[in-house]
Amino acid sequence: MYVYMGHMEFKHTQPYENWFWAKNKIDLKQGFVNRIDTDNKHIIFEDNTSISYDQLVIASGSKINKFGWPGQDSKGVMGLYRKQDLEQLEQFAPNNQVCKRAVIVGGGLIGIELAEMLRSRNIPVTFLVREKSFWKEVLPDQESEMINRHIREHHVDLRLSTQLREIKTDASGQVISVIIEETGEEIFCDVVGLTAGVSPNIDFVKNSNIVTGRGIKVNRFLETNIANIYAIGDCAEQQEPKGERKAIEAVWYTGRMMGETLAQTICNHRTAYHPGHWFNSAKFFDIEYQTYGWVWAKPKENEARFYWEHKNGKMCIHLNYDKNTHTFIGINNFGVRMRHAFFDKVLTKKKSVAYVLARLSDANFDPEFYKKYALEIVSKFNQENNTSIQLKKKSWKRIFSNA
Amino acid sequence: MKSIQNIGLVIFLIGLSLFTGTIFTGSFHLSPSALDAFIIEKDYQNEIIETELTKAIVTDDPLTIFEFSHRVRHAYEVANTHYDSLISQYDAEKNWDKKGEQYPYKIYGKPHTLSFDLAKIAGKGYVKAHAGLMWMLTFGLGILGSLLFILPNLILLGKAGIKNDGIYLKASTNRGWIAWLVLIYLVSFYLLLYFMPDYVVNWTFIVDPISLFLNGGPASQWFVYGFLYCTIMVVMALRMYIKYRGNKYQVMRTTSVLFFQIVFAFLIPEIMTSLNMPGYDFKNAFPLDYDFFFDWNLDDLRNSGSIGLFILIWGIVLTLVIVPVMVYFFGKRWYCSWVCGCGGLAETLGDPYRQHSDKSLHAWKLERWLIHSVLIFSLVMTLVTLYCYFTGSPSFLGIHSQWIKDSYSFLIGAWFAGVIGTGFYPIFGNRVWCRFGCPLAAYMGIVQRFKSRFRITTNGGQCISCGNCSTYCEQGIDVRAYAQKGENIVRSSCVGCGICSAVCPRGVLKLENGPEKGRINPTDILLGNNIDLIQLVNKREK
Repeated sequence: MYVYMGHMEFKHTQPYENWFWAKNKIDLKQGFVNRIDTDNKHIIFEDNTSISYDQLVIASGSKINKFGWPGQDSKGVMGLYRKQDLEQLEQFAPNNQVCKRAVIVGGGLIGIELAEMLRSRNIPVTFLVREKSFWKEVLPDQESEMINRHIREHHVDLRLSTQLREIKTDASGQVISVIIEETGEEIFCDVVGLTAGVSPNIDFVKNSNIVTGRGIKVNRFLETNIANIYAIGDCAEQQEPKGERKAIEAVWYTGRMMGETLAQTICNHRTAYHPGHWFNSAKFFDIEYQTYGWVWAKPKENEARFYWEHKNGKMCIHLNYDKNTHTFIGINNFGVRMRHAFFDKVLTKKKSVAYVLARLSDANFDPEFYKKYALEIVSKFNQENNTSIQLKKKSWKRIFSNA
Repeated sequence: MKSIQNIGLVIFLIGLSLFTGTIFTGSFHLSPSALDAFIIEKDYQNEIIETELTKAIVTDDPLTIFEFSHRVRHAYEVANTHYDSLISQYDAEKNWDKKGEQYPYKIYGKPHTLSFDLAKIAGKGYVKAHAGLMWMLTFGLGILGSLLFILPNLILLGKAGIKNDGIYLKASTNRGWIAWLVLIYLVSFYLLLYFMPDYVVNWTFIVDPISLFLNGGPASQWFVYGFLYCTIMVVMALRMYIKYRGNKYQVMRTTSVLFFQIVFAFLIPEIMTSLNMPGYDFKNAFPLDYDFFFDWNLDDLRNSGSIGLFILIWGIVLTLVIVPVMVYFFGKRWYCSWVCGCGGLAETLGDPYRQHSDKSLHAWKLERWLIHSVLIFSLVMTLVTLYCYFTGSPSFLGIHSQWIKDSYSFLIGAWFAGVIGTGFYPIFGNRVWCRFGCPLAAYMGIVQRFKSRFRITTNGGQCISCGNCSTYCEQGIDVRAYAQKGENIVRSSCVGCGICSAVCPRGVLKLENGPEKGRINPTDILLGNNIDLIQLVNKREK
């Protein structure tokens, strides 16, 4: 994303310098795997070369979802997941002369990223979202509406409750337009971004003895049904997911945590994967988003909500807590940064929403000198709930105490 | 809007061309009486210099500054050669008395500086006669053009946010041909300023009226530099305000460096000079202020009564007490990013180039060797200077005092801090000097690393390893390497500019001053992954 936008070069995205791999005795081999021969412990590549293994870790990630739209494999149709997608985008949308308009299909995190990228090169963007509001299956109404506004503020032609019928091409197989399902309208464009989610990239595993479902089935130890073969990251499907977490979590940090856990196992400390409390983050154009614990799109039976929004319409906080016990369940914060360690502790200790509100100044993670809204938030909560929670002064002692 | 910017660019380039072009204007010669007055003022004992200079520059020919400089330097050379040959003659004859008698006749000083002093009184021409108009055509057009280029960004860049679109797609900010041209211009500028000031004497004429108003005397090349420095910082600070207007830390920090540059580094010393006090920059701490303990400065301070004594004590307390105490509480950022003049230029003029700092491990190793060597160099130099000052001996530990001072001034003061430090902005980034060379930064870095409350806190497991923080770190710190492991960033080189925190898309980094305990926190397991580490370690030990 940032490479296309000119914030960085590709090398800046690489976490290690190129000498790192050889120095640590890691051989990098590039190629596509065709087949895994679990009986003879071999993997076979597209070019029929093979490598044998003692332990095999499958971390093949995701591929983009395609729903059988006519024209979905044409030139100029792409996802945004792999480096190859970036190269394609450079080819088909280098500027607004070559790409006079782009259409993005699918209103989630990748879709809005792609929109931001294209807008950075002043390419007109039409953004088709199937739901009646952006990322509606995850975000509560207020947050979703805020992002709708923000998308339009960035001059994106946002079409809600709109689906794709087909992609039309010219004689050479290059995209020329898309047809809208609901209205039959034709939108002329040079690039179509398919960003309606991802699913595990496991086609090459399916003809082996490894058990798969939507992803590669693993137990809590990230082991597949075959000894010495493991799967981690986007391609792994937990047989018994933890808590409210999904069986397949295409989230960056779960991949990292699975890697850390599996490293313990492979180094002879067999360790189960225990993802802690749910958290996540994203950035929608200029608005940062973080979440800790659970704030569902619709409140559950036992849940009460508290919502505060700044008058500029670009900051908000949404608290979720138990109606009866007042235990804190989760927070969405937009345009305000919050401290992960604080909420992790609160969730573990099952503290109340009042406890959280009183310590909002400890929780804040905005840069120094930023205007703080804790007082405003707490007094709004007090007003709405007839409580008298007192905001505590920020305390380094509390923030850095491990108790 | 875009066309306003283009007009601004053209106006700026016209201003810059005129400014550069003034070097080649004017004519230089002296009347016999003016030369007499000059020689009397300088109190030259040399008996030939008057004849030689008369031959050289008392003429009706309209000499350019280059011919003038050439002739003057030749005259001084001839005048000195005469006595040098006498010295070697008496040396061969072992006639020590006669040999010793020759030295007072010699004229010391750098040839281009001697030539500058003469050019200052010998210059005539349009620039000198119309200083006000020329100021408008050079500085004026430069400022106007820059503003027309910068201010439309308030609208063009859109709403407040991170504005790094296209940085790696432009020749100016991605080491393209524009960047190389800027490098050549800046390097040439510094070479002229430091080593051939007489060639740019016309620039001093442009700001003579301002100098006269501020300190009562004509402008030196250093006054031009100081004035230009402040002007550039003001203009580029406006750019910072627009680019980072959503980030209060950046806005306040920029205001602070601007204030300290204009008031402390520029105005106060000029006003002090006009009041016959030693012009002193109260924020310029030793060893960055490397000549603070030079004999001429100590003499100057001792001869300046109570204000001199105050400066002497202040300078020592600043370095030994204020600097480390402030670093303990706030990190070295209080100086490098809030007060320092070098930092101020780096954070304004240099901001478009911050991404070019070298992030490799190799560069980090080089950094530690270089910066600490410069620190030791400056301390040894000062030790030798002080020993020689108080004992009257010309050398200490076999090191000649004048030699080490000259070497440091030339290698570190001029080449490292100036020519390389600033000239190389467009290619090597804006903090080359601060990262690899500044002895004060090295000193504060040691304090920051081992005894400080400052750290950049990493926000648990939120890092996505995107690399923005490392890319935009002007000090070449691989911030991401820490952030993705959930470790706080505690590095001696961090100047606390706060940009890593600003460009982070996920709210992972926060500059904080907190308790020392737990400040450095290498964590094997990131927040979010509930492995009991202690249990693991215990198990392993069994």
